[in-house]
Amino acid sequence: MGTLDFLLQGLLVAAQPMNLLYALIGVTLGTAVGVLPGIGPALTVALLLPVTYQLDPGGSLIMFAGIYYGGMYGGSTTSILLNTPGESSSIVTALEGNKMARAGRGGPALATAAIGSFVAGLIATLGLAFVAPYIVKLALVFGPREYFALMVLAFVTVSSAFGDSTLRGLTSLFVGLTLASIGIDQLTGQARLSFGVPDLLDGIEVTTLAVAMFAIGETLYIAAQGDKGPDKVEAVRGSVWMNASDWARSWKAWLRGTFIGFPIGAMPAGGAEIGTFLSYATEKRLSKHPEEFGNGAIEGVAGPEAANNASAAGTLVPLLTLGLPTSATAAIMLAGFQQYGLQPGPLLFATNPQLVWGLIASLLIANFMLLVLNLPLVGLWVKLLTIPKPWLYAGILLFATLGTIGANPSVFELGMLLAFGLLGYVMRVFGYPIAPVVVGLILGPLAEQQLRRALSISQGDVTVLFTSPIAAVLLVIAALAFIVPLILRARGRGEVLAQLAASED
Amino acid sequence: MSRGDSPSVETRRPDRAALIIAVVLALIAGVIFWDVSRLTGLAGYSQVGPTTVPYAIACCLIVLAIWTAVEGFRGDFAEREPQQFGPVAWVVGGLAAQMLLLNTLGFSIATGILFAMTARGFGKRQLWLTIPFGIVASFVVWTIFAKVLQLSLPAGPLERLLF
Repeated sequence: MGTLDFLLQGLLVAAQPMNLLYALIGVTLGTAVGVLPGIGPALTVALLLPVTYQLDPGGSLIMFAGIYYGGMYGGSTTSILLNTPGESSSIVTALEGNKMARAGRGGPALATAAIGSFVAGLIATLGLAFVAPYIVKLALVFGPREYFALMVLAFVTVSSAFGDSTLRGLTSLFVGLTLASIGIDQLTGQARLSFGVPDLLDGIEVTTLAVAMFAIGETLYIAAQGDKGPDKVEAVRGSVWMNASDWARSWKAWLRGTFIGFPIGAMPAGGAEIGTFLSYATEKRLSKHPEEFGNGAIEGVAGPEAANNASAAGTLVPLLTLGLPTSATAAIMLAGFQQYGLQPGPLLFATNPQLVWGLIASLLIANFMLLVLNLPLVGLWVKLLTIPKPWLYAGILLFATLGTIGANPSVFELGMLLAFGLLGYVMRVFGYPIAPVVVGLILGPLAEQQLRRALSISQGDVTVLFTSPIAAVLLVIAALAFIVPLILRARGRGEVLAQLAASED
Repeated sequence: MSRGDSPSVETRRPDRAALIIAVVLALIAGVIFWDVSRLTGLAGYSQVGPTTVPYAIACCLIVLAIWTAVEGFRGDFAEREPQQFGPVAWVVGGLAAQMLLLNTLGFSIATGILFAMTARGFGKRQLWLTIPFGIVASFVVWTIFAKVLQLSLPAGPLERLLF
């Protein structure tokens, strides 16, 4: 069967009334939570994971997909109307979008962001559907050493290639890897680093860590900044609709953004934010109105927002086909799969095609729903932005602890939540990135497993890791991704990399 | 209540915080070495066992600790903004209170206290208003999640009284 047949079958699964309902709940919750200032897609997904606990795997993953896409849409609304980009992928949107909103053109800015996200989401999801089967075929020839090399590459790009310090990125990653070693060793059943505490034998829950680091760490950090007065929310004045010139200036930017963002997201390496910056630079160069850039150019919203959504869909390519999360959001999605004992990867396409293709198809459906939800209802979402900080953060903590309590109502688990929250706060104070910790925690055990398998096959001979051509190439790329930024930073060219920092997802 | 950390970039003096971080990283590495050393002898035929990767991680942590210490001595560690510790203490206190009270007082009351103390940290001082409000809000959430979505959230006197 070809991709189209699978996709049509997937659409049949996704179009079942219950699944449509799950998708609708997912996109609504995702948008509502994603709109809240300071909450990026990663935290949106982590906070809403408990809502899906009681559903069957299919329904829950469909709701999850909706939450993911909804969180992306919601984030752009925040950055346009409230110049505080919660996640680095929205910095560029805020750059031009907020200027447009101040100039009374918030409506068209929101519209071009929403329609651009829709166009990008549609093309990129179809891209995912058509690319995935080829990567699955490729992945079938991958052995343990190739997988290990791939994971090393992901570790390097997530932690040290971007951001303002190799040292701090790597430190975050190794904190995550240390936490990943806690618990029973998967291959021999030995308890490691659990110090006789039974609660630690199962290891540390990815969701507990993610919620603690993102929600509690962020809350503590904002609280520590003191009262700086309320953020200024730009009212949406005038029409939400775009005029003819807005359309003419937007559509090419959407398409260019999509074709820049999707390949970057689909690469089995972190740093999906690069797409938004590349798209911004491209639009600035190609624009007929370069003087408007910096004062609210609509192309500067349309392109990056499309690139952002396209690379978000692109991240699903390595996640679904290789089981390789390359962003914090994808890491939490992987945790969502694992709660049902499902391991994404080439095998899942063979053993559970209904689930995978149902998920991909429901992404398409969620995308349509989001367009409808976002354009006419934007006024409702804007109201969420005006929630005063005390209630907002009190509410965030209510739901953050709710998820942990729902998964495991123990004092110990809440103690870990608090401890990791404090860790997240301290890391924020000193400028350590958070995403590498989460990715390290979930990818660490998988990488260890592949490494030990490879070394067991070779009877402990380490050179075997470099003798496969694919693995060797991947490791060389990883080494370059580590060394080149080091040199750039040493020569004082680090600002460019700092701007590309993957702080949240 | 509040205390500003002096920015370290211009002064070029050893950065105390960076040195402390370096020591903590080295300590974590030490704990890994100590804990994993109990498992020796379990490495199989191929000399690769449950201890291999933790040892590698611990070695990398030592390198990172040295690197952090060097940056700390040269004074080019991260810049920092001044932090206010009062609000942080309120939020942390709220989380600790919820953790300790959860199993005796139930979800709604414990989380209501967390809610009010967080709001206090962000400047809402009227605890006599925010605590009842928090308890009511948490109770609504409890009803939705425990009764409709079947999540197991601890019940306390309040939940048992009404359900």
